[in-house]
Amino acid sequence: MNHLGFKMDKVKVGSFDFTCCEGCQLQLANKESTLPDFLNLLDIRNFREISSERHNDYDIALVEGSITRSDEIDRLKAIRAQATVLIAFGSCACFGGVNNLKNRIPQDEAIREVYDGKTIDTMPSMKISDIVQVDLSIPGCPVSKEEVERIVIGVVTRSQVSLPKYPVCVDCKQKLNTCLFDLGEICLGPISRAGCDAVCPTGKTPCLGCRGPADDINFASFKQLVKDKQLSIADMREKLSFYNGFAEYLDT
Amino acid sequence: MNVDFNIDIRHLTRVEGHGNIHIAVREGRLTEAKWAVIETPRFFEAMIKGISAERAPFLTSRICGICSISHTLASIRALERAMEITPPETARIIRLLAMHGETLSSHALHLFFLAAPDFLNAPSALPIMQSHPEIVQAGLMLKELGNALSIATCGRCTHPVSLVLGGLSKAPSKQRLLELKTKIAECRPALEKTTAFFRTLTLPDFVRETEFISLHDGKSYPYIGGDLVSTDGVVRDENDYLEMTNEYLTDFSTSKFTKLSRQSSAAGSLARFNNNYDLLLPGAKAAAAAFGLEPVCHNPFMNNVAQLVECHQIIEEADTLINWLLDDELRDIRVSYKPKAGSATGAVEAPRGILYHHMETDDEGKVIKADCIIPTTQNNANIHYDLHALAEQALAEGKSEQETEKLCVMLVRSYDPCISCSVH
Repeated sequence: MNHLGFKMDKVKVGSFDFTCCEGCQLQLANKESTLPDFLNLLDIRNFREISSERHNDYDIALVEGSITRSDEIDRLKAIRAQATVLIAFGSCACFGGVNNLKNRIPQDEAIREVYDGKTIDTMPSMKISDIVQVDLSIPGCPVSKEEVERIVIGVVTRSQVSLPKYPVCVDCKQKLNTCLFDLGEICLGPISRAGCDAVCPTGKTPCLGCRGPADDINFASFKQLVKDKQLSIADMREKLSFYNGFAEYLDT
Repeated sequence: MNVDFNIDIRHLTRVEGHGNIHIAVREGRLTEAKWAVIETPRFFEAMIKGISAERAPFLTSRICGICSISHTLASIRALERAMEITPPETARIIRLLAMHGETLSSHALHLFFLAAPDFLNAPSALPIMQSHPEIVQAGLMLKELGNALSIATCGRCTHPVSLVLGGLSKAPSKQRLLELKTKIAECRPALEKTTAFFRTLTLPDFVRETEFISLHDGKSYPYIGGDLVSTDGVVRDENDYLEMTNEYLTDFSTSKFTKLSRQSSAAGSLARFNNNYDLLLPGAKAAAAAFGLEPVCHNPFMNNVAQLVECHQIIEEADTLINWLLDDELRDIRVSYKPKAGSATGAVEAPRGILYHHMETDDEGKVIKADCIIPTTQNNANIHYDLHALAEQALAEGKSEQETEKLCVMLVRSYDPCISCSVH
């Protein structure tokens, strides 16, 4: 592979999934128009969902999903030991995601509800950084392929990678959308991290904060806005707890 | 032949989720054939309790990264029936178009990226991009068309944003719809190329009689709602889904098994085809004829062909639906509703087969009970017993351990299992 006349080695990548819907890995196969070029940057060494070749000499590990069983901890630690860069990929990996909604109820009650009391090996959902060190996080439910491309290319070309620090509202306003608060709905756009192209409010549905909080948010002011508009605090809490990205704000 | 061997495949590749295959042969006789799903359960039915009906479809969408639109629409249908909400006709058409996009994209992903490498002796589609670039290009075009249909109609192809209770939060613009029509026209040659390519592949010759279950409404090929039917003649109302599934637990799988009239049954493209052949459009019937596919076909490997036949059906129908929408004002897309207590089932045909969501709400519109039965759950028993019959046939034909292993993995992949979905 040549870039501006410089010869570059392909970067060895592994993609791994834990407890999740595998929708984030699926995004890697989207954006079909640039897919062959994107894949040309990478030497895919381990990606069970699309390839039967499995090697353990990868440098970058993309890790999707949260951790809900003890064998997943062992598998994750082995991946951490191999990878130079471990990227938590998607809201489940970054925050626990929707999987954490089951932590609201006792585990044995959840098992009784779904498996009629059969013995099932499970434990409360944990995010990846609860178990191992995470070098980079790409949140989103699902992740945005554009952002993944940008970050992977950044890693490959040894350049600085970062997520937007500002909230979803910034992108939403640029699209000239009607504010969902003006339509009588609580939207987490004012406090959630941008980078999703404001896809939910652009579709006239409220942001549920799948990318977690933006930098330096003013949560007290957000809560006051909900109260001033006489909107439901219970609805706000349901939205804040959806992906577990706002766990630290739920009790404030 | 006096052979001893074990086939032990842990975390089968090129399928969604984690499943294992165990085959044991002692002194030339098959002693064990097992399909074991070892996926970690997520407990969606427990986590949804207490969630508002408005938010519930956004949660169940997350059951599956590939068929999130189907899950969203199954929940929406269950909740709308439970709370007696009738969405406008325009919303119904746009939802159907969103679902067509998902099915097309899912089938293209499976046919080209998951199934095709086996037929070309490649470990993945990556080397096929070099050896057969024009074929992979055709596959990518079909997949992209599917995604474009979903993105235009519901904002995103994975985890839709504008499919809501009562209809849609936003309709696509006419400009987007016209672009989709152009894309469809551009994709027709890719579809023909795909059909011609798959005709050059040889599918394994294997038949095990089973019962095929799908939706059927007698008016159109099945997608959203209808009677629950089987090729053994069972007909049930949508709300009586439990009589079709009869879920049970095994000690080797975290995904449940189901059965109806026999020890196992099958869902998916082949099941839809077998129950609804007469409702296919002429182009789709012609594609089936080109492969010699006729109802009732009991070769599970033909599910690949049935998916391709459905790609023909979907592209044709999508074009018609877009024409309908172009003649519509696209204004009447959502009805308001009052939350109320109720319970109902929403059955849809997800890419991999019939999907049931049953929802019960209280008078504040909170979900108090939910049950989701996934297509792959309904295929687990069939895969399990197929593996047994296939391994026996391979032994009788004197096939080697390697040949038997390859047939077994190809069999499981033919069902296009969505394993994490089945262990929701």
